[in-house]
Amino acid sequence: MKVLLSWLREFAPIEGDPAELADHLSDLGMAVEEMRILPSLDGVVVARVAGLRPHPEADRIQLVDVELPGAAGAGTDGALQVCCGAFNMSVGDLVPLATVGTTMPGGLEIGERRMRGQLSQGMCCSAAELDLGADAEGIMILPGEFELGASLMSQLGLAGDVLYDLEVNPNRPDAMSVAGVARDLAARLGVPFRIPVPVVSETGEDISTVASVEIIDTDLCGRFGARVIRDVSIGQSPLWMQARLTLCGMRPINSVVDVSNYVMLELGTPNHTYDLALVPGGHLGTRRSAGGERLVTLDGTEREMLRGDGLIVDREDRPIGISGVMGGENTEISDSTSAVLLELAWWDRPSISRTSQRLGLRSEASMRFERGTDHELVPIALDRFCELLDRVTPGGVSVCSGRLDGRGDLPPATRVRVRPSRMSHLLGRPFSADEVRALIEPIGFACQPATGSPSTAALDGAAAARTSGDDDQVDGAVIVATVPSFRPDVVTETDVAEEVARHYGYQRLGRTVPRSPAPGRLTPVQRLRRDLRRVLVGAGLSEAMPNPFVAPDAVRRAGIDGAEPVRLLNPLATEESVLRPSLLPGLLTAAAYNSSHRNDTVSLFEIGVVFGSPQPKGADQTVTGTAAAGVLPTETEHLGVIWAGGEPADAVHLTELIATAFGLRLSLTNANDLGGMHPVRAAQVLLGGQSIGVAGEIDPVVCERHGLSQRCAWLQVNVEPLLAAASASAERPYQLVSTYPSSDIDLAFIVPDGIQASDVRQRLAACGGGLVRSVTFIDSYRGSTIPEAARSMTYRLRLQADDRTLTDDEIADIRNECIALATTIHDKETGRAVYLRDR
Amino acid sequence: MNGPATDTPADVSPEALLSGIDAARGQGLAAVAAAATSDELAQVESTLFGRKAALGKIKQGLGSLPPEQRAAVGRALNEAQQALRTAHAETADELAASARREQLQREWLDLTETPPGPARGHLHLVTQTTERLEDVFVGMGFTVSEGPQAETDWYNFEALNLPAAHPARSMWDTLYLDLGERTELGDGEGGEASNVVLRTHTSPVQIRVMEVQPPPIYTICPGRVFRRDTADASHMPVFHQIEGLVVERGISFADLAGTLEEFTSAYFGKAISSRLRPSYFPFTEPSAEFDITCVICEGAGCQTCQRTGWIELGGCGMVHPNVLANCGIDFEEWTGFAFGFGIDRLALMRHGIDDLRDMYTNDIRFLSQF
Repeated sequence: MKVLLSWLREFAPIEGDPAELADHLSDLGMAVEEMRILPSLDGVVVARVAGLRPHPEADRIQLVDVELPGAAGAGTDGALQVCCGAFNMSVGDLVPLATVGTTMPGGLEIGERRMRGQLSQGMCCSAAELDLGADAEGIMILPGEFELGASLMSQLGLAGDVLYDLEVNPNRPDAMSVAGVARDLAARLGVPFRIPVPVVSETGEDISTVASVEIIDTDLCGRFGARVIRDVSIGQSPLWMQARLTLCGMRPINSVVDVSNYVMLELGTPNHTYDLALVPGGHLGTRRSAGGERLVTLDGTEREMLRGDGLIVDREDRPIGISGVMGGENTEISDSTSAVLLELAWWDRPSISRTSQRLGLRSEASMRFERGTDHELVPIALDRFCELLDRVTPGGVSVCSGRLDGRGDLPPATRVRVRPSRMSHLLGRPFSADEVRALIEPIGFACQPATGSPSTAALDGAAAARTSGDDDQVDGAVIVATVPSFRPDVVTETDVAEEVARHYGYQRLGRTVPRSPAPGRLTPVQRLRRDLRRVLVGAGLSEAMPNPFVAPDAVRRAGIDGAEPVRLLNPLATEESVLRPSLLPGLLTAAAYNSSHRNDTVSLFEIGVVFGSPQPKGADQTVTGTAAAGVLPTETEHLGVIWAGGEPADAVHLTELIATAFGLRLSLTNANDLGGMHPVRAAQVLLGGQSIGVAGEIDPVVCERHGLSQRCAWLQVNVEPLLAAASASAERPYQLVSTYPSSDIDLAFIVPDGIQASDVRQRLAACGGGLVRSVTFIDSYRGSTIPEAARSMTYRLRLQADDRTLTDDEIADIRNECIALATTIHDKETGRAVYLRDR
Repeated sequence: MNGPATDTPADVSPEALLSGIDAARGQGLAAVAAAATSDELAQVESTLFGRKAALGKIKQGLGSLPPEQRAAVGRALNEAQQALRTAHAETADELAASARREQLQREWLDLTETPPGPARGHLHLVTQTTERLEDVFVGMGFTVSEGPQAETDWYNFEALNLPAAHPARSMWDTLYLDLGERTELGDGEGGEASNVVLRTHTSPVQIRVMEVQPPPIYTICPGRVFRRDTADASHMPVFHQIEGLVVERGISFADLAGTLEEFTSAYFGKAISSRLRPSYFPFTEPSAEFDITCVICEGAGCQTCQRTGWIELGGCGMVHPNVLANCGIDFEEWTGFAFGFGIDRLALMRHGIDDLRDMYTNDIRFLSQF
């Protein structure tokens, strides 16, 4: 919302430094996004066209002799010669002349120069060149009463004016008008505000003889005002009006449209003009569409109505406009229009919002209707239109006497019980009833002491029904505030508190720091998740954050099978239309990105959520807690790690590192043909016998599909069970360190392929009734001395007791037990067994 | 036993013995001093000590002296032996140390160039920033709450005083999930498929906290949020937010302003302060925009803050009575405030990153800088 300081001053005597006023506006919640002090452009002056001559060398330029009293460099006839590319002026016209030495708004400096051999001592300006209008074709023709030689901006009254660009919040419909901004600012400055009463001289016949209005659906239209203006001649509006409209972001069109827009900007009341001659009987009706009706709107587009859309219809029930959104082409004002039927209505906000959003027709008008216009301004705004159109039309217009004023369902005036004690409570500073009144009365709230029945005024929702201890009621300090019609957003006591705070000044309210009764902390899982990240970083991994949206075929490309992933209803792009069911596609993409930038061996991790289809109630809830409602997708927090150019051992080592870091027993069990993984180089990560992840090598085919020619290792772990176990393990009891000597024994076994070595280790670790303190894998060997499809695995066992030194016999017994137990392991398919390797 | 006088030195007078001791001592010390290596010293050793050594022989002759002369010669002999032992031990130590020194000298390594060792990785900037923010708020007495990223319309909008037709819903470009007929598995609780959205803010977590935890509540909700925004230098469809919520008896707007000021100086430093400006959010009333002193110019005015000296950080306000009521909290007894701002932007500001997209390319050349 752009406002000019000079325009604001038509409503209140606002004085002060422009920057300080800007601070006030921002502090009132109308943030000044830009403040522009209009340049005085002293070098652009009013000059008269004294003669027009063709340029001897060029067709598209003419020579203009301009008369400018006291101009330096004038010829013997007292005129300057200017080359000009426009041909719209006549001898005798007043035009703006940018004299030599002037810097134009766009930065161009005007110098004396020759164009095709002819001297040009300045530049005749178009409105666009001066930032005063849209017209870039013709030179501005100035009103005859402008003073020759005077500065143009001073003649327009714009020199030194200040343009504020305000950010207006959706709850401030009043601030969508010059008058509304002026009201708020005047209240802050403590100066009087008033909307001048327009003066309309009614010279035409009674309006009721030429026009009528009818509200058919009263829930759609609360008030429907109309005026008829005759003897209209469509022309250009005066420069001051064009300049104000342009500066405030509207394009000047013609006198009627400009006045219409001017009134909308000034009072926040959108309005629409019909060519009376095209409206049969001058009758306007308004109703909701039953759906299916068609109408060509002003922009030349045919629109189809849906049931409930608001329509303006003529006497024959023919649609001639969309309520509050856009008029119809069939009754549009044209150059030949001589009688204007002016509509100024108040519409149901949600109806306008729905229709304008559906049609994609969000205009200055619909935006104001959606937020809520002031129905009490209807007669004033009708009159203001007539007053202005009369003023801007040469020779004036003839206004029919009287207004039409149809009434539908208008919202009743809101009355709010305001407890000063509640204001004090909410704002943290004591407010008396008088202080509250002094803050909100200047912005239109009518305040009275509450008398008796509180049920007449609205409290916040259920509070109205409550009879809680109300000290204000006792001392009679409670105020009943009647909300002005231009503040439909204010409906509760809390809303009034914001107005009190706003006009008292947010900055002036105090600052106190409340203290939580309980200490702040992270939950165990939150702390452990941080620890996990640091373990990973310590292991040389960097944290990536890939896009959680993937392409529909990303799952297939990553070789993952399983349930259909969750889709977005309105994705930005097809490549980002699915919620990832796995971290693999994202990390593959990240690794590939780095690889394509010559970083082939990155190691990246991510801790993030993967999504799955909603699970019915009662389904396995250990997978996720958030799908409890059965409506939401499942969300599971995963850890994913990729080692581009890595080896499966990387994933195994990290699994061991994590287990060590959190005091967990994680084990691996080989698993062939897992989705996305190398067919025979993958294992499941087990925690307490449950699979919580996958470790190994990514299927090289999948890597290649993502542009990765190097082999990649992968680890994926479900973080929730991991951290839950870590949390449980965090308080594990101390194991006494034995003071007795330990003994080591080495055992080598021939382990046929197909038997996983970890099975051997687990058997060994279980031997000796707790006396085997550790089992260390020493080496694995294949060779001519070892049978085919088998390897020799050497383990070192450390044996120790807490209460004695183990005897040679005890050690021998344990050794024998280990051998006996390890050699019971068979490969079920081949029947081959583990056996001790004799050296 | 040898017969008397057969192998007896010619002169066994005490004087002769004493001069023999002196000579042997002198020769022995010279021999020890002459040893250049531990091996040479080991060879010398046998000539110094033992029965066949010079002093050993003298010692054997000691018995033939008359007892009254024996003491003086014996004392001299012991002194000489002691001196040799000491000299030998010292020299042995010196030679061993010197040999060790020489050995170490040969082990010279150029530590300025070694093969690459194990690398340390890097936490993502968003994680680093989130943890810093969490730490400040935990220090101020807050807990950290989390919730799902896909939410029902109720949690993301309706409970926050944004009923279905509310025009302010257009403030967020929302991504909806297409759950098809599967949503009916939840016995109709959530209704239509389009009722599940990707949360546009972490406010739904506030609702979930208020639903289960009776006040007082002091919590923050950091997390990932989603908007239907095309990625550009300052927007991403996926980004991160932190919100705060306090519900307590007697909580006022002044408590909000004070809490944000305390956070601002704790996180940004003493030179940075905060201010509140009126604003609008459906879920707070009064609502405010939360500005901080421009961190680039510290309030002097620069291009970043458009010469205002302030930059917008986020939104805040007193929790709307309807929101409290939706969570079953009596808003006459309890009041509250809430605030929220973006995490990503703080990371950009802190490190002078111009383009938000750079944070999400996962380029190791970016990640490894922080």
